[in-house]
Amino acid sequence: MSTVAIITGTRKGLGRELCLHYLQQGFMIAGCSRGESSIDHPNYDHYSLDVSEEKKAVAMIREVYRKHGKIDVLINNAGIASMNPIPLSPASTALRILNTNYIGTFIFLREVGKIMLKKKYGRIVNFTTVATPLKLEGEALYASSKAAVETLTKIASREFASSGITVNAVGPTPIPTDLIKNVPKDKMEALLAQQAIKRFGNVDDLKNVIDFFISEKSDFITGQVIYLGGVTN
Amino acid sequence: MKEEIFQLLFAQAREMGEETGQTNLLNPTVETKLYHRDGNLDSLGLVTFIAGVEEKISDKFGVDILIVDEKAMSQVSSPFISVQSLADYVEKLLQNESGE
Ligand SMILES: NC(=O)c1ccc[n+]([C@@H]2O[C@H](COP(=O)([O-])OP(=O)(O)OC[C@H]3O[C@@H](n4cnc5c(N)ncnc54)[C@H](OP(=O)(O)O)[C@@H]3O)[C@@H](O)[C@H]2O)c1
Repeated sequence: MSTVAIITGTRKGLGRELCLHYLQQGFMIAGCSRGESSIDHPNYDHYSLDVSEEKKAVAMIREVYRKHGKIDVLINNAGIASMNPIPLSPASTALRILNTNYIGTFIFLREVGKIMLKKKYGRIVNFTTVATPLKLEGEALYASSKAAVETLTKIASREFASSGITVNAVGPTPIPTDLIKNVPKDKMEALLAQQAIKRFGNVDDLKNVIDFFISEKSDFITGQVIYLGGVTN
Repeated sequence: MKEEIFQLLFAQAREMGEETGQTNLLNPTVETKLYHRDGNLDSLGLVTFIAGVEEKISDKFGVDILIVDEKAMSQVSSPFISVQSLADYVEKLLQNESGE
């Protein structure tokens, strides 16, 4: 029987790449993003929604469950960033970032978690960033929202532990996507210099960590945050 | 509608009773305690129970309700104390859903 996965934020960037990777491995995937689908594949269903819209997210997740009878994997990839010094940051931006990065992750984790509980099996992967452990200036709103995701990951791993569900997070270094295209070059170089391994990440680096987290064999790995590039807390 | 909700909660209780061997859940009544100091479910049991009820509601009534509540863990005002309180709560959610 195929693995059934939900991946959020699949229209472009890392979510799209991950979706194509797991489709190639024979997964049945439901994805979402605010925009329309950019993936045309018989095993892919797209939902155009904002991950922080609770009602729509719940309806999507229940529909996926009704269609496949299970959800094995959740990849909470949808995320947005903003670079701005604190004194120049509007509260509306803080709210927008929290809504997508934290509330969206929370809603998907809660709803998919409840379904996984019934099967006593599940693999959940959340997304953080090296900006959080590196405490990057100018990224307060973004890094704080991901700090919330990390804490959610750790507590969820405990709440779900006795039900065969693991919850982990991956923290990429910069990987060239639209998310970081507006970060000035000197800032980016300064950031890379703080990594143990001083280079951009790539999608294969990310797939490797997620392959590990979602492997059936990783049933003793939960509540962990793995950063790429040798960044540590 | 209320009777259908009761039947659905009883079915969920019996299912969990069979799984856990809790005899109180095998023969549920409206008074059966769920999450309570004299209850038959721990917090993980309650979560599993609620997930099952959401699915049964969806199958029976064709609507997706979301059973969450800020006072879930309260011993006084939680809707999850007994079959009766949960049925009242679910009925309210269904009414809200059809009123929208
Ligand atoms: N790229 C990096 O360097 C990097 C580094 C560290 C961490 N990350 C993390 O990796 C994840 C993916 O980033 P990325 O680089 O792939 O970004 P991206 O290229 O900007 O793509 C973001 C994806 O998420 C979707 N999305 C954004 N907000 C959404 C919302 N509210 N509801 C539903 N979908 C939404 C977007 O589609 P729509 O616009 O159609 O909604 C898009 O498909 C994020 O969590 C990010 O924080 C990335």
